[in-house]
Amino acid sequence: MGKTLFEKIWEKHAVVTPPDGVTLLYIDRHLIHEVTSPQAFDGLRLAGRKVRCPELTFATMDHNVPTDDRRTIKDPVSKAQMDALSKNCREFGVTLYDLNSDKQGIVHIIGPDLGLTLPGTTIVCGDSHTSTHGAFGALAFGIGTSEVEHVLATQCLPQKKAKTFKVEFTGRVKEPVSAKDMILKLIGLIGTAGGTGYVLEYCGEAVRALTMEGRMTMCNMSIEAGARAGLIAPDETTYEYISRGSRPFAPKGKDLEKALAYWKSLPSDPDAAYDRTLTINATEIAPQVTWGTNPGMVMDVTGRIPQPDTVPGYSRKDVEQALNYMGLKPGTPLTDLKIDTVFIGSCTNGRLEDLRTASHIFKGRKAAQGVRVLVVPGSEEVRRQAEAEGLDQIFKDAGCEWRFAGCSMCLAMNPDQLSPGERCASTSNRNFEGRQGKGGRTHLVSPQMAAAAAVEGHFVDIRSWK
Amino acid sequence: MEPFKKYTGVIAALDTANVDTDQIIAKQFLKSIARTGFGEHLFHDWRYDASGKPNPEFPLNHPSAQSASILVARNNFGCGSSREHAVWAVQQYGFRAVIAPWKASGQDRIPAFADIFRNNSMKNGLLTVELTEDQVEQIFQAAAAQPGVQATVDLDTQTVTVHGPQKLVFSFEVEASVKDRLINGLDDIGISLKYAGDITSFETRHNAQMPAGQ
Repeated sequence: MGKTLFEKIWEKHAVVTPPDGVTLLYIDRHLIHEVTSPQAFDGLRLAGRKVRCPELTFATMDHNVPTDDRRTIKDPVSKAQMDALSKNCREFGVTLYDLNSDKQGIVHIIGPDLGLTLPGTTIVCGDSHTSTHGAFGALAFGIGTSEVEHVLATQCLPQKKAKTFKVEFTGRVKEPVSAKDMILKLIGLIGTAGGTGYVLEYCGEAVRALTMEGRMTMCNMSIEAGARAGLIAPDETTYEYISRGSRPFAPKGKDLEKALAYWKSLPSDPDAAYDRTLTINATEIAPQVTWGTNPGMVMDVTGRIPQPDTVPGYSRKDVEQALNYMGLKPGTPLTDLKIDTVFIGSCTNGRLEDLRTASHIFKGRKAAQGVRVLVVPGSEEVRRQAEAEGLDQIFKDAGCEWRFAGCSMCLAMNPDQLSPGERCASTSNRNFEGRQGKGGRTHLVSPQMAAAAAVEGHFVDIRSWK
Repeated sequence: MEPFKKYTGVIAALDTANVDTDQIIAKQFLKSIARTGFGEHLFHDWRYDASGKPNPEFPLNHPSAQSASILVARNNFGCGSSREHAVWAVQQYGFRAVIAPWKASGQDRIPAFADIFRNNSMKNGLLTVELTEDQVEQIFQAAAAQPGVQATVDLDTQTVTVHGPQKLVFSFEVEASVKDRLINGLDDIGISLKYAGDITSFETRHNAQMPAGQ
């Protein structure tokens, strides 16, 4: 029987599988950031251990960083955390892209930017959205701080082999429906725990038709379906992306030829078996908007806020709690919801393509009166490219705030936060209670939907919006 | 890591599904570079009102739950972010074990705990116990009938005993490798380092096979 993409990568990286069935898996790339690493470095120091492969470890600052003024970090606690990362990287010989670096950015944006993210590799990071890198056909997943310490010390992780789940999107989505709508649709169908224990593999015509940016958006939110990793087989789109621009760590020349031979062996064999499969007709997918307090509470933009006892997979109590938090009445059309803030950015939708998409909608228009719009590029490289194309001016002319790179209002660890009761159309990945600020109300949408909501001051169905 | 063998304590019943790690430990507490001090911030936004006073409606604030050390919740506990601070907060508050139900979904079984949370728990000696929805419902009922009810979680025999009005005894499954690590309080890195020789020879092979830069 044939093998899946996941099995091929797994076998290539299995160092040893002791009798207890927990494989020691080799890690090709370890990305670290300021929030989940300090205690791991402390652990190394306490045990007198070194970083086994500093040359495979790359660090940046993203979660905590201010996106307005970089000259001074006003929050002393945030500063201490960033200083700790600088000190740890110096002490252990790890490359760091700090706030002074032109390569700084959200860890899942800079990996692909720099050519660190490559097909057939294993990538981990102390962040659940590490699944993003699966868009290249890399086995990439988020880990906790103890595991960060484990990888620092051994370059390996003890892992039980996950089950495989094939999700096929047949047909093509119709513009302006996007990758974000595809993944939100899936999460709505299988729920936020539907992928727990699995590695998702996305395939089918609609996935093949996506750009790498769209594929990253999809894989990014695999964790929102409970799956630690999402995978898409590499193809010409992948190879073209890796060869494009200056990606300092991507193979070139003879190395690229050797790499291509390996990459082309990776796609799942036609007779490979999966533990679970699901087929979704992509042509029927409408723009998606979350209405509740987890990404599985999502519906078509044409929908109405649900009655508490009518939502499959959720108890009446769950739905009542969500609607109460979100300040919503059952039966209200989604398009009637007035928006206070729009956030465009994050590791889900903070890439150049996302900014281009949003800028097309803002061009020659203005954000509605009273709507605050934050546009936060995913990396400094993305910011420079966007500025070179004049996107920043389009955003500013429309009344948006144009910021420096960072995680920003996706998790609101820095000063970019919602106030209690504020309603936000956000291109990020989580609509949990308080995620974007205590009492803040988050609706997850695509960049197109977010920008159109900014212009109108309420959600609109972009398919029929002019 | 402190071994987990058998533990008896008071149950706190949190009747909520999909408890995410943002609720368990909110982002403003993730700025600490220490590994301690998270317990007081557990469930912050649910536990305290806007003025910082304890919310009397929240289960952990009930007088009967003041010494609780076994947490019972609904399915998909610990979903969301990979922050290990969530596990540290649960532990440092005083919990030794968390009980939640797995769910049937067609022929599939949806685990009670999110993957990363479960992994992080294991690394810290916090036991995650999966029972059926019906069994967890019985525990909720026992906790409602007798606030402050105690339970014993025995990893060796893989049983949960609820010492309520009626004694309940439930068996649970646990992977042998997880049980071994928890019961013996093993250091995971120490276990992996026993294979240092294998890792080195793997690296030589891997570096030769994989394209340069990979």
